[in-house]
Amino acid sequence: MNRILRNTKYAILFMLVLAALWAGSAAAQAPTPTDDQVNAVARQLYCPVCENTPLDVCPTEACRQWRELIRTQLGEGKTESQIKQYFVENYGARVLGEPPASGLNWVFYILPPLLILAGAFALFRALRAWTRPSITETGTGESEAAKPIQDEYVSKMEDELLKRK
Amino acid sequence: MIADFGYGVLVVSFLAALYAVGAAVMGANSKSPQLVESARRAMLLTWPLITLSAAALIYLLVNDHYEVQFVYEVTSRSMPTYLKVTAWWGGQAGSLVFWSWLMSAFASLVMLRKWDRDREFLPWVIMVCSLTVAFFLMMSIVFENPFARLYQTLDGISPHTFAPANSNLFIPADGRGLNPLLRHPGMIIHPPMLYLGFVSFVIPYAFAMAALITGRTDDRWIRITRRWTLWAWLFLSFGLVLGGRWAYDVLGWGGYWGWDPVEISAFMPWLTGTAFLHSVMIQEKRGLLKQWNMILVILTYALVIFGTFLTRSGVLSSVHAFASSPIGPFFMGFVSLTLIASIGLLIYRWPDLRSETEMKSMLSREALFLLNNLLFMSVLIVCFIGVIYPLASELLTGQKVTVGPPYYERATAPLFAALMFLMGIAPLSAWGHSTFMTLGRALWKSALVALGITVVIFFTYTHNWIALVGFYLVTFVLIVTLVEFWRAARARQKTQQENFFTALYRLMGRNRRRYGGYVIHVSMMLMAIGILGINLFQQQTQGTLAIGQSVKIAGYTIQYKDLASWDETAKGVNYTRAVISVYKDGQYLQDLYPRKDYYYDAQQTMTIPGLRPTLQDDLYIILVDWQPASDIGATFKIYVNPLVNWLWIGSLLFMLGIFIAAWPDQDPEAITVRAAQTSHQTSAAD
Repeated sequence: MNRILRNTKYAILFMLVLAALWAGSAAAQAPTPTDDQVNAVARQLYCPVCENTPLDVCPTEACRQWRELIRTQLGEGKTESQIKQYFVENYGARVLGEPPASGLNWVFYILPPLLILAGAFALFRALRAWTRPSITETGTGESEAAKPIQDEYVSKMEDELLKRK
Repeated sequence: MIADFGYGVLVVSFLAALYAVGAAVMGANSKSPQLVESARRAMLLTWPLITLSAAALIYLLVNDHYEVQFVYEVTSRSMPTYLKVTAWWGGQAGSLVFWSWLMSAFASLVMLRKWDRDREFLPWVIMVCSLTVAFFLMMSIVFENPFARLYQTLDGISPHTFAPANSNLFIPADGRGLNPLLRHPGMIIHPPMLYLGFVSFVIPYAFAMAALITGRTDDRWIRITRRWTLWAWLFLSFGLVLGGRWAYDVLGWGGYWGWDPVEISAFMPWLTGTAFLHSVMIQEKRGLLKQWNMILVILTYALVIFGTFLTRSGVLSSVHAFASSPIGPFFMGFVSLTLIASIGLLIYRWPDLRSETEMKSMLSREALFLLNNLLFMSVLIVCFIGVIYPLASELLTGQKVTVGPPYYERATAPLFAALMFLMGIAPLSAWGHSTFMTLGRALWKSALVALGITVVIFFTYTHNWIALVGFYLVTFVLIVTLVEFWRAARARQKTQQENFFTALYRLMGRNRRRYGGYVIHVSMMLMAIGILGINLFQQQTQGTLAIGQSVKIAGYTIQYKDLASWDETAKGVNYTRAVISVYKDGQYLQDLYPRKDYYYDAQQTMTIPGLRPTLQDDLYIILVDWQPASDIGATFKIYVNPLVNWLWIGSLLFMLGIFIAAWPDQDPEAITVRAAQTSHQTSAAD
């Protein structure tokens, strides 16, 4: 009984291996990736030679070869991130469109929002400083200084009007 | 001979500029009008002198003097004469002379204005302008001499200003020719426009410095330079737009703006300049923000020089290029010195620049303008760090990194959205005082109509929420601004008994800056439509087609019909041109001809897309590759760029808006004097 079970186990394992092999060969025979599939990956990479030109549009011969490399790797069933990883390992972090979030690069990601927030805070403080005292100051200023003048002026006007009558 | 002459004149003009600096400073200190006048004349002399030197350079360029290194690098026998002339600014050495030439032209124009009312500014304006001219001339003379000639010595061929011992002049048979990318009409006008924008921003800076030095810290300097600033902004904006169009037509990647450091270095002074244009209005109207305006104008100047440095020193390709060429440290020194001097002056005068009045409300127009300034500064921070970080990273850790479009788009999109929102509400807020109630009452109808339109867009066009927010803001701002026009024109129509269009025209004539500004806001919204369209809805595909085969994209059917390749010997170009038939919904539309031009002299290829522009979208086809001897066919890359033409339409309207705002009208002071006279007369008549 045990032996039969063990044999069926082996048989199942054998069949699984066969199935995997068959699937693998099917994948290998799959149609080569289209230009659009290649470009979808290439678009996110930057040619290590030509500055700031995404790999999908770079017209140089070197870049054409790199695109073919992507095609081969896609054909081998590698994922997008594996291909990117391959390029980073071989040509450095500069092939990525953005600095990788590692090492000192956190400074790069934290600095702009920090500076902007600091600016917003400074602006808010300045606005508060400008608006608040103005209300109290002009308020008291008017009551103490402006009113008597106005009174004087009004009384003069009234006098003048009375005279004319 | 001609080269020696050109170089000699360049040296003389440098000395003249230097003399102008010295004489101006001494004249101001010793209160000697003669000395200042002498400085002014020396300043006026630099432009004709540099023109003479430039004429020598153009003579060499046009007449194939390939013994001159610069001529050898940027021209070739097959280039037409007009391109040989424009090759002047096609290379490093020539473009620096071009910079000095434009700068001295602007400085001379300033010298020729009437100085009766502000004599005390004159020497210091001369000093700043001449110093800037002298700096650029010095770079041409010492590091980047466009007149240097090739000499053959025992060590080989190298360029020299003066013939070395035991050497022979080396005359190549033909030049290398201008980079084909730069032979495009857009590229011929784009750099001059950008440079014009750059150099004309020096003028407001010069006046600001003069105001700081003399202690005349009222808004006189701002009133004098208002138009200069607007023209500077016009040129810079025009330069940026042309650059975008050029990229779209020539670079063959289906876009117009790639967040390239070179582009950003021209964009950064535009950001501070735009913030400055807005915030000076607060100073004029309310006497606020004097210190801030000084900071903005100093920043703009520093960014102009810094931008030139970034693009001219080779530092962008590698920090080590910076160290290998002497031009980099020299530039850095100049930027730092001017920055330190300006900031020092500003700190010295800081107490004199306090605001005259106070801000009353956080929703007043001036407060919203401040918010606008904060947003522009935030975009600047994003751009600056994006450009600087790769250099810093390479310098500090040795790791080279790229900062590409994803970073910039993610970081700036919310900022631009907030700016758009401000464009909608700021025109309706009042100077001095506004509350949520008053603003809300003025805005709710427009906001509601915009919401209605956005709902329609949701059901008919897109469910993309970013696009919906964008389109909502666009329609909101458009409605608010157009209603502003309509309401003001109707009011005038009633009181003045004019027809609507006359009323609109006269209205804009009476308050050019405001209505020019509104036209610019409308144009920005049209541009935003284009930007949203191409960024969010661009479709692309690439494929290899045999003749007769077709591919479908976004409703278009693209059929490959034919391909031909031929030489045009006179121009030294090989053309490869494909014929593509475009169908939509089964209906034939037109043929397109994507091309690849190979320039033999420069050994470079240029990709010219086949383009079918409509208001709805652009069909943009690039010939990527082809197999000449077989019927495998040719590879095409096809982009469909929705709504992108609104970007160009918006740009044209934008130019119109700046023209409206910057068009010279009568001197405002003359008008006040005249008004005072007439009122005097009427009261006398009474």
